[in-house]
Amino acid sequence: MSSFLPRRAWSASAPLYLFRSLEEKLGLVALAIGMIFASAQTVLAHDTTVESLTVSQPWSRATPGGAKVASGYLVIRNTGDQPDRLIAATSGISGRTEIHEMAVKDGVMTMRPLADGLTVPAKGEIVLKPGSYHLMFVDLKSGLQEGEPFQAQLTFEKAGSVALTFDVRAIGASDAGDPAGHGTSTGHVKSTRH
Amino acid sequence: MKLTWRWIGVIATTGALAAVLATAIALLSASRHPPQAETAAGPGGPFQLITQSGAELSNEDLKGAPFAIFFGFTHCPEVCPTTLWELSETLKRMGPDADKLKTIFVSLDPARDTPEMLKTYLQSFDPRIIGLTGNEDDITAVAKAYKVFWRKVPTESGDYTLDHTAIVYLMNGSGEYVGALAYHEDADKALAKMQRLVAGKTP
Repeated sequence: MSSFLPRRAWSASAPLYLFRSLEEKLGLVALAIGMIFASAQTVLAHDTTVESLTVSQPWSRATPGGAKVASGYLVIRNTGDQPDRLIAATSGISGRTEIHEMAVKDGVMTMRPLADGLTVPAKGEIVLKPGSYHLMFVDLKSGLQEGEPFQAQLTFEKAGSVALTFDVRAIGASDAGDPAGHGTSTGHVKSTRH
Repeated sequence: MKLTWRWIGVIATTGALAAVLATAIALLSASRHPPQAETAAGPGGPFQLITQSGAELSNEDLKGAPFAIFFGFTHCPEVCPTTLWELSETLKRMGPDADKLKTIFVSLDPARDTPEMLKTYLQSFDPRIIGLTGNEDDITAVAKAYKVFWRKVPTESGDYTLDHTAIVYLMNGSGEYVGALAYHEDADKALAKMQRLVAGKTP
């Protein structure tokens, strides 16, 4: 932009030069900060904080035709000095929502309901992801479609309840992917946050 | 003396040749026999089940073409849909070669997985995937023949889920086990294995 402006002509308007230049610089800095903040918002929009817990990137997968179950994944960070525990989950999409642990060992998949819930360690995090801990939405009222988010509520022993919006990705999706659905740019945003 | 040495040479050479020949024969037969012994004890065997369209299908119907077979259930939140999706992607990438093999999904939960249920479920995947179900006894028999591990696990409010083997068995045109796809096998490796399977090679 400035390359088209004759810079010497600017310096000719003597007293204003420094001030306008500073203003221009300040404007650029403000714009840069604004852009960083705006891009960070796309991720922050998916973080939900309750007490000392932050829940991020809730996501699920589209379900095959007639499927009665779906799983839900997310990350829970605890900045507090006390552990907390995820004790329940509910959602309008399913008759019940359970907390499970899944594993594949020696070619065999095993799954266990966690009757006591899931502990979120103090100053730590717990990750619900494929092949590990997950929410299981049982008795689905209708199938999940890619790109059609749904609501669910988690209940923690200490922090209480928190409402979340789950992104629904493709049947074969293996991770949360781009949490805000804004194309490749979020890969960049993610890397600046972590 | 000279003659004796010559004779010793001849005998030694003959003996050495015979030894080489015997070793070669032993090696050849050894390399052939263990796989035969393995496949005899390996997964596979006769079955007679019902497809998602209600037709009967037995191991006899599959003779002559290789097949990939996977055991699961539709109330499966992750392993089954993921595996069926990955198989669908592999079939797509195989192009016309995909028509040279059968891909089969056998339900371990026949009480809930009726042919109609399988039909609806499999509509989300490659249309060439054959779903199989049957009565409890037939399912138990096929699962045992394929050495599949499975177990009902009760969940809250009287419902249940299944623990089960999560690998895809690769069977040749004679119905013999020749390899497997691990759960979440790398897509390129899975493709290469399926291509080798249809080419009649060991995956």
